[in-house]
Amino acid sequence: MTAPMLQLADVTRVHGEGEARVIALDGVSLSVAPGELVAVMGPSGSGKSTLLNVAGALDLPDQGQVLVEGQDLASLSPRELAALRRRRLGFVFQDLNLIPSLTAVENVALPLELDGVSARTARRQASDALESVGIRDLASRFPEEMSGGQQQRAAIARALVGERRLVLADEPTGALDSTTGEAVLRVLRERCDDGAAGLLVTHEARHAAWADRVVFLRDGKVVDTTGDPASPESLLTAGA
Amino acid sequence: MYGAQLRQEFESRTGGTWPLNVGQVYTTLSRLERDGFVEASGAADEEGRIEYRLTTAGRAEVQRWWSAPVDRGQTPRDELAIKLALAVTLPGVDVPSVVQTQRTATMRHLRDLTRLKVDATEDLAWSLVLESLVFQAEAEIRWLDHIESRLARVRPTRPDASSTAGHRRTTDAEATR
Ligand SMILES: Nc1ncnc2c1ncn2[C@@H]1O[C@H](COP(=O)(O)OP(=O)(O)OP(=O)(O)O)[C@@H](O)[C@H]1O
Ligand SMILES: [Mg+2]
Repeated sequence: MTAPMLQLADVTRVHGEGEARVIALDGVSLSVAPGELVAVMGPSGSGKSTLLNVAGALDLPDQGQVLVEGQDLASLSPRELAALRRRRLGFVFQDLNLIPSLTAVENVALPLELDGVSARTARRQASDALESVGIRDLASRFPEEMSGGQQQRAAIARALVGERRLVLADEPTGALDSTTGEAVLRVLRERCDDGAAGLLVTHEARHAAWADRVVFLRDGKVVDTTGDPASPESLLTAGA
Repeated sequence: MYGAQLRQEFESRTGGTWPLNVGQVYTTLSRLERDGFVEASGAADEEGRIEYRLTTAGRAEVQRWWSAPVDRGQTPRDELAIKLALAVTLPGVDVPSVVQTQRTATMRHLRDLTRLKVDATEDLAWSLVLESLVFQAEAEIRWLDHIESRLARVRPTRPDASSTAGHRRTTDAEATR
């Protein structure tokens, strides 16, 4: 078996203190191999976004380890973390944050340019990424000139552009109609078939069905895993 | 068209989702003939096959079928709905685990359908049938999620098997407390 691209070992994340204390993740273990797409489902507040943030080094666990390509994130300097996020990780956030003063293609090209890719190459790759989500013709629009679903697709293009090896997507299909949503899943699936690892949060079972495995979270715990093969742990905790 | 041909066309357009046996096809053809909707276009050929075609009345009937909606007034028996209705009213049934086991199975089924769909893009008729099954499976999962969150509200975290039936009468005020 290939070494995992992403590995979470017994990760716990607690938000707030005292009365407001919430155990957002409670001893979660999970690994995603290159070529694999894993979906995360669960009710609102079950810890899905927290899981993604921790996996993408945007948030730190209180306990447990997060490894990306075998590297413990806790051992990296802030500079190394930033480089990792820029080069390796593609993020689609739940509230997509395109930069309002940049056009669609500039938004998509930005992570590449920050990483020293020439403006020309970055632009070409960004156009291709926009093409793959079906909005190449909107390349020179500003976010406010695009519909919610179009902005979402631009955010997805930004997460997929370049050599991203780990794609983390939080409800990427939220604002999309069913055909466009499916097109986005196809792109994500293809990217994983080409060797990237993907972690996808979604409320829609129809979209989770594109994944190799589906992990169900409830109250910060993994309560069930659908996939082949089901791990013995998941069978033990199912229904607990 | 011959009976065997009809069967083959039906199955290829629906991707073999609802297999027909050839006896069923012939029974239906002879009823349609009796009712004047189809007729044999000639005598049986040397292999004993009879070719059928629509009559004028048959064409009109088909036209009616296209223009009328499918009857949704009749509710087909749904084993899962029956199972859960029984589960929540019987003591000693672990309802959350019934829900979870089913959701896992339906999710797996949905994934298998999705994989078939990836390969069926060229075949419009079959991919439509597959999508119908995909949306049904998705609806079932949403319904199971819904049951789960209702149960979580209605039932206290300490499961108390002896008063299972009583939980159904828990007031909203109590449940959302
Ligand atoms: N910064 C924070 N401070 C305090 N509590 C937080 C913070 N972020 C999240 N939480 C709490 O942690 C829990 C998990 O939140 P999270 O955003 O991971 O849920 P989610 O599964 O993504 O939900 P949704 O489906 O609504 O997006 C929730 O109870 C939430 O209120
Ligand atoms: Mg969230």
